[in-house]
Amino acid sequence: MSSGARDGGMKIELGRRYRFAASHRLHNPGLSEEENFRLYGKCNNPYGHGHNYVLEVLVSGAVDPATGMIANLAELDGFVDREILEPFDHKSLNEDVDSFRGTVPTTENLCVEIFRRLKPFPKAKLERVRIQETSNNSFEYAGDNPEGFEG
Amino acid sequence: MVLLTRKIEFAASHLYHNPDFSPEENRRVFGKCNNPHGHGHNYTLEVTVAGEPDPVTGMVLDLKDLKAILEREVMQRMDHRFLNYEVPELAGQIPTCENIARVIWQLLDPKIKQGKLHRVRLYETPDLFADCYRNGAEGAQPS
Repeated sequence: MSSGARDGGMKIELGRRYRFAASHRLHNPGLSEEENFRLYGKCNNPYGHGHNYVLEVLVSGAVDPATGMIANLAELDGFVDREILEPFDHKSLNEDVDSFRGTVPTTENLCVEIFRRLKPFPKAKLERVRIQETSNNSFEYAGDNPEGFEG
Repeated sequence: MVLLTRKIEFAASHLYHNPDFSPEENRRVFGKCNNPHGHGHNYTLEVTVAGEPDPVTGMVLDLKDLKAILEREVMQRMDHRFLNYEVPELAGQIPTCENIARVIWQLLDPKIKQGKLHRVRLYETPDLFADCYRNGAEGAQPS
């Protein structure tokens, strides 16, 4: 197959959305009850609450002329499934995910943790992750990659 | 700088098949996207143009012009077409989201005279999309 034009002059990224549902409670044990409540409001309610998270994963790389793909979706899906969906879906982020034993599971911190877990994906370069916590708020993290936030 | 985005939708069919692969390899790599008679999607295209709003018109570019470019370059070429067989720009390429987005970038970039094409985002489904950006002058390259 011909490769078409080389990717010179442009950069192509592949984005894929995943969904998982999880609960969390925003609480910093280093702060007093009052401070926690003032800071986190109802997100500090003692038994936690849940969200349907939407995770967007963006990877970049050369488009393989033989397949037309940056990365085979089945491989990306399998990796995300193993690294993120399996450990996070229908779990309590505070109780079931070791990384949040000492870190408040805000969606900012969730972005950082998910980026860390997905970074080793061997078939393409992880550019950034974006997490929608609700339809009204979302967070993005690109690690220390200066081109991660394309502008 | 201000970014302006226009969205259009088109419907098209495609299949993934590399004639250099064996039937088994095609099946293994492309899965059900290799089904011989193809299948279709409703594609959503978001085209983002960057520029400074003109002080007289307040516009980065005239949306009518952008709409006409998208109609001519994308809709007429791809809407209700079989991408493998009916879009010459994709001939010899697997019409993945990545490759279609790249072709759309190549079609649009020279046509946009006001402002500069900033991003082409093509959704194949709500959960799968490809983004094309201009490579930075500093030579930012995907690894």
